[in-house]
Amino acid sequence: MRRAILSAAALLLAGPAAAQTIAITGGTVYPVSGAPIPNGTVLIRDGRIAAVGTNVAIPAGAQRIDATGKWVTPGLFESSTNLGLTEVSQVEETNDFRLNQSQEGGDQVAAAFNVSDGINPRSMVIPVTRIAGVTTVVSRPSGGLIAGQAIAIDLLGNRVEDMTIVSPVAMFASLAENSRAAGNGARAGQTMRLREVLEDARAWARNREAFERGETRDFSVSRLDLAALQPVLAGRLPLAVEVHRASDIQSVLRIGREYGLKLVIVGGTEAWMVADDLRRANVPVLVKVLSNLPESFEVLGATYENAARLRRAGVQVAITSGETFKAYNIRQEAGNAVAYGLPWDEAFRAVTLAPAQIWGVADRYGSLEAGKVADVVVWSGDPLELLTRVEHVIIRGHEVPLVSRETELRDRYRHIDQNRAYRP
Amino acid sequence: MRRAPYALVLAAAAACAQGQARPAATPPPAPARPQAAPQPRAPVPFPSTYRPFPSTATLIRGGTVMTAAGQVIPNGQVLMVDGKIAAVGATVDAPAGVTVVDATGKYVTPGVIDVHSHLGVYPSPGVQAHSDGNEATQPNTAEVWAEHSVWPQDPGFVRALEGGVTTMQILPGSANLFGGRSVVLKNVPARTVQEMKFPGAPYGLKMACGENPKRVYGNRGGPSTRMGEMAWDRQAWIRAAAYRDKWDRWDRDHQGTQPERDLELETMAGVLRGEILVHNHCYRADEMAQMMDMAREFGYRIRSFHHGVEAYKVRDLLARDSIAGSLWADWWGFKMEALDFTRANLALVFEAGARAIVHSDDPTGIQKLNQEAAKAIEAGREAGVAITENDALRWLTANPAWALGIDQWVGTLEAGKNADVVIWSGNPFSVYTRADRVYIDGALMFDRFDPHRRPRTDFEVGLFPAEAGR
Repeated sequence: MRRAILSAAALLLAGPAAAQTIAITGGTVYPVSGAPIPNGTVLIRDGRIAAVGTNVAIPAGAQRIDATGKWVTPGLFESSTNLGLTEVSQVEETNDFRLNQSQEGGDQVAAAFNVSDGINPRSMVIPVTRIAGVTTVVSRPSGGLIAGQAIAIDLLGNRVEDMTIVSPVAMFASLAENSRAAGNGARAGQTMRLREVLEDARAWARNREAFERGETRDFSVSRLDLAALQPVLAGRLPLAVEVHRASDIQSVLRIGREYGLKLVIVGGTEAWMVADDLRRANVPVLVKVLSNLPESFEVLGATYENAARLRRAGVQVAITSGETFKAYNIRQEAGNAVAYGLPWDEAFRAVTLAPAQIWGVADRYGSLEAGKVADVVVWSGDPLELLTRVEHVIIRGHEVPLVSRETELRDRYRHIDQNRAYRP
Repeated sequence: MRRAPYALVLAAAAACAQGQARPAATPPPAPARPQAAPQPRAPVPFPSTYRPFPSTATLIRGGTVMTAAGQVIPNGQVLMVDGKIAAVGATVDAPAGVTVVDATGKYVTPGVIDVHSHLGVYPSPGVQAHSDGNEATQPNTAEVWAEHSVWPQDPGFVRALEGGVTTMQILPGSANLFGGRSVVLKNVPARTVQEMKFPGAPYGLKMACGENPKRVYGNRGGPSTRMGEMAWDRQAWIRAAAYRDKWDRWDRDHQGTQPERDLELETMAGVLRGEILVHNHCYRADEMAQMMDMAREFGYRIRSFHHGVEAYKVRDLLARDSIAGSLWADWWGFKMEALDFTRANLALVFEAGARAIVHSDDPTGIQKLNQEAAKAIEAGREAGVAITENDALRWLTANPAWALGIDQWVGTLEAGKNADVVIWSGNPFSVYTRADRVYIDGALMFDRFDPHRRPRTDFEVGLFPAEAGR
């Protein structure tokens, strides 16, 4: 077992030039972009999917993975997490997803804050997550009215630039109750502040040279933030807004119309109540399924049926675990969406191709199609069932060992030996 | 060890007070002013006023019956009469006129029991006015009783019912070393918490070790270290032992003046007498070993460690001392003491012969404890632990019933026990399965397909105007 770990680790350390050819054969292939393929083959070469089908020629020397009786799917795509940006929640020095925005007088607008330099590719949380079949995440900042810029990463690599798919992939913001301080304690204060920030960004763009000469009026946000907001104003960079109450979602949609923004609703606990508005605006929703309690007055309408009702109304949905340490529970979230009315294909799409589409990377991610990045998982059965085991995880064409700190501790304590020989 | 329901020591005290002799040679009392007759002293304070809901004799047949007592009966039958399980088997003799429920294709199990919940004391909505779970004003508040904070209109209760939960232990939080008494509740709609109290259930005492108490009190006079926490605990037990000795002497001899009651020491003395069960929040292996030694020092037993993220490291000690492990399937990473997790924790504790329990500590988790168990099964099998579905079902039913001291009444489908029964739409360890029907004491409390059997609490009445289309 240790030998297998070491050789797999050696493969990981070898760069893309040494990426192998891998053929996964004999399993039921779920491309997501099309119907399942029984006894299908997925051929992987140089980090990309080379071919998917039933009559795929396998080159000599290819590593073969026998997936007979198993399911072969794209890796799971988690759309909202602080993965890589924290090690232990209560050890403040390990938290790199927030700019002290909860402090009195702290900056509630951090549009220029891009999390890349805070990502730890060696975070112990990454292996824990990827051995559960999650291969790709949007790692995001949190806190304040505008938290900053998120990036999309594959969970493999020793340098953040090697992991990065897109940076920035979105600007994250919040008009939920957790950013009331930005609005001086009132909802219309939050929207007022957001409009003020967007107006300032427009005005700055019209008078950039004058600003540099000090000949413009004062702006309400910093120079860096003004620049960072331009792609959002241009409708190129999505503004992912955490918001839950039905009326607050409608406020966000209003602002989106006024400024021509490309919106994503994050959370959207009461989104089902305004599904028609969301569909007309073509705005997708990132749903955490296991939320059905009126835990605050902004989520009185929480229901497990949110995802299903939104899809029936024609709204695009991605499913998120809403977790960092427990991002692996995205499978359980999707499975519960099925239990509460979402068809299986829709639920699995909501954790693969739908997030890829929402975040603008569907040309390379989210399905098993020739040309896409080889993020592939082999499962012992239905990936949404909790008794299903992960058998193989391949990220960018490299198989990752199914080892994490948690499996190593388990193995160390598999037998409690009273003789207590030194344990490696 | 005789477990007395609630505090019979208080009944003895009250009786003694009423039996006291009056001193001689006092002048006769002055002519009386009109007075209300004194109210008789209740023998047991805050007694349960629970009554089972109406039920009819019911035969559930055609489903896979999982008794949690070792049997899995495909196409089995469960007969419920007068609130009790009358018979379980492949076929049973049912009286004429019984209500027949067809469970073909479904699974039948005992009701789910959650040993660690803050429903009602940290209810939804989680606003400051409802934040009643931690009396975080001093490190030892053994005197408080969680039931006095329980808001029966917490919508979380009926959500848990929809998840198959029929019994819960509501605990104080873990800010304090001694958080206070817990209470065991039946998951029935109620106006008062007394209407929910499980008759006959012993009280518990919530204790906490590790990071939480020293984080809360470190800057407020302490304790600020783990060693400070242990010293605080041991000093408290010393005082509790003295209090118990004083009352034991009084109960035996009635010499001198009756000691004054002290609610804090009364609860702790109840633990020393074996009447109140200790539920000890503790994460780290080494700290669990310390708590076990402290229990030995003072002669009490720990009924269960809660959370126990590192329980797998000392699972042999848990088994040796008959301490249950009330654990999560996979929570970790939020604190240093929750870092050394493994998803095989529950399974390893089970394999070692200690009672493994899946607990929630969460109003969403409690709704899907069956799914948490499923995750723990898979992780355990991956580690090579042999786990049957009956084994795992016991993590949700029989083992928590034991931990709460109510296993003579609930936790398995066996004749004579309370008819707390769940009919599931499929295998309870499938993510797609939902509870179809939930019976408590034979009464149908939840029916997914009957709009008149889907209770709501008062809080959810009229939340939205009719046109909102809820």
